[in-house]
Amino acid sequence: MKFRSACAAICCAILGLIATAPIAAAADDTIKIGYIDPFSGPFAQSGDQFLQVLHYIVDDVNARMPPLHKKFEIVTFDDKLQPSEALIALKRVTDQNIPFVMQCVGSNVGTALIGAVAKNNERNPDHRVIYLNCGALATELTNAPLCNFWQFRFTGSVQQRAFARIKSLPADVKKVYLINQDYVFGHSIEHDTKEFLAKLRPDIQIVGDEFVPLGQVKDFSPYITKIKDSGAQSVVTGNYGPDLNLLMKAADDAGLKVRFDTYLAYLTGAVTAIGQAGADRLTVVMEYNENLPVELKIPAAEKFDLAFRKDHKFDFVASNWVVMFEMLSRAITQAGSVDVLKIAQNLEGMQQKDLLGKTDTMRKSDHQLILPYYEGLLTKDVKYDTEGTGLGFKTIATIPASEEEMPTTCAMKRPTE
Amino acid sequence: MQILLDTLLSGLVYGMLLFMLASGLTLIFSMMGVLNFAHASIYMLGAYFAFTVSKYVDFWAALILAPLACGVVGAAIEVWGLRRCHVNGHIAELLFTFGLVFIIQRAVMMIWGTLTVPYTVPASLNFPLFQYYGQNFPAYRAFMLLVTTGMLVSIYLLLKKTRIGLIIQAALTHPDMVSALGHDVPRVFTIVFAGGCTLAGLAGVIGGNYFSTDSGMADAMGPIVFVVVVFGGLGSLAGCFIASIFIGMVQTAAVMVNGSLSTLFALPPGGDTLFGEILTIPLARVSPLLPYVLMILILFFRPRGLMGTRES
Repeated sequence: MKFRSACAAICCAILGLIATAPIAAAADDTIKIGYIDPFSGPFAQSGDQFLQVLHYIVDDVNARMPPLHKKFEIVTFDDKLQPSEALIALKRVTDQNIPFVMQCVGSNVGTALIGAVAKNNERNPDHRVIYLNCGALATELTNAPLCNFWQFRFTGSVQQRAFARIKSLPADVKKVYLINQDYVFGHSIEHDTKEFLAKLRPDIQIVGDEFVPLGQVKDFSPYITKIKDSGAQSVVTGNYGPDLNLLMKAADDAGLKVRFDTYLAYLTGAVTAIGQAGADRLTVVMEYNENLPVELKIPAAEKFDLAFRKDHKFDFVASNWVVMFEMLSRAITQAGSVDVLKIAQNLEGMQQKDLLGKTDTMRKSDHQLILPYYEGLLTKDVKYDTEGTGLGFKTIATIPASEEEMPTTCAMKRPTE
Repeated sequence: MQILLDTLLSGLVYGMLLFMLASGLTLIFSMMGVLNFAHASIYMLGAYFAFTVSKYVDFWAALILAPLACGVVGAAIEVWGLRRCHVNGHIAELLFTFGLVFIIQRAVMMIWGTLTVPYTVPASLNFPLFQYYGQNFPAYRAFMLLVTTGMLVSIYLLLKKTRIGLIIQAALTHPDMVSALGHDVPRVFTIVFAGGCTLAGLAGVIGGNYFSTDSGMADAMGPIVFVVVVFGGLGSLAGCFIASIFIGMVQTAAVMVNGSLSTLFALPPGGDTLFGEILTIPLARVSPLLPYVLMILILFFRPRGLMGTRES
């Protein structure tokens, strides 16, 4: 009996939450963006932090270039990094007549959203949504058969990152060791890394190609022994989280002297966990870091970062998200109303100067943002350190947007009305 | 030879850390019948306590204070939580500790944030102790071995040579009889629970800075500790010790060996079948699975574990 009444209470509470949600969304003079990402479960950290960054950017864009004199408002939906949960969240987004859905974590979720958004827009032409992809990286998402008119990706694909990664390897590196996580993303990184190694640097020999189980390995010292034996000069890795931190620590403890050329070491928490173990040998390809405005002498961007640093314990690295909201604001203003089809058409081929004054392009053929990449070296020789560690990223190579145009197999169908 | 030495050294350190966690769990499990899901959460708390203490005082103070704090937390959980749930049977206790996992995790996120905290190895221990085959052996590893060995010896002495150890041992197998003889068994429970949590806290203190201290560390450590307990056998510290070291070594060895099952046993390549696939996956990629495979095997062929003293 007790159990039953408890169940009933919980059901009532849930119903109550659902019932109040549309009321909260009914306020006007805002343009709502449904933000679907993990806010509970083991990946809640990403969702929480990204939300802080997005709020900061939205406040800034609302003040500088409000769309149609309205304000962007972010409405969050939890997907627990599960495609099935994301689809339920998308249903709630469309139920509330929110015209934009944004998602930044997980290509598995991104794939599900592309399909579901396309279906929804076909069936409910009056309640169409645009999917703003702010961080699902798999190259496949902007290539046939997955790519879709309603998706716009505002971050570099694995392919673009792999190109930048290999392009920025110094000429004296002749032997590399690949370590990646044993799941879709790790395999995608490994595949594209090898592809560009063969294309751009045939002189480099791959002396090791390893997959580590995702988030399972505590003691990386056996891997370090293997790397040492292979004679590698550089470890090229797409690892992130504990799989990167523990690898670097084990390397430092064992006294292994090699470069670590990484893809994702700029993610929040990595530099804190790695610390001195990465000094002067950890590099990462990234879209932005807080020392770039200093190096390129762009005080406006530096001011923008400083205001962020004041209230946050982590770095600002998401200049591409600023571009996303600026482009979106312009597309809405040009459309004259929140007409989703017109906005999507306006976004196609749109160009926008980023924080550093470089021009980013939303390529029409596959809706992939073409943007420059920067290779940063972790060192103490910088003006702004990362997460109060005394170490920060110093730019040692730049890959301009013009070189980042990768061929695409996308052949999307464009709706006419 | 180098592979052997590497496996021994790496496996030993990891195995000893596992033992530190598992020993407390096995004592609690075998004595009270409580499968304490929150044991790894206490390990995490130990690391975070140590981080805070070492920020304000130093690492050496943390080495003493953090485990004690975990012991106090453990005692509180036992007295105010488990004892109340005990009336409703083991399922209630199980669910209670299961809920604790989430509460502790959320609390840690709220107090210390979701970012990895900069809890680092103290400078006085951050140097290479010696070199073997051109590779450093960090002093901190030796220190970890020292601490875990010290703990092993003191637990042994406590259980075998003292009166309280005698009562704990008796309560492990015959709790009703011990109670009938006039001993306060619930208090023994509290002591064991707090003691187990102290050990988990200590493991957190020395493991947190060697690996990394983040809010996911309990999730990463939890399952493997259960494997050790089941593998070693209920109520047997010796079995627990052997299981810890064995699993530490197996996991390390699997990573070091280049090749797959088929190359290892010189089997013919299996072709395109599912079975062939399993045989040709590099061992390093399945190394974290091996402990679970071992657990399943032992449950099939020796359900009471390596040196278990009783069934159930």
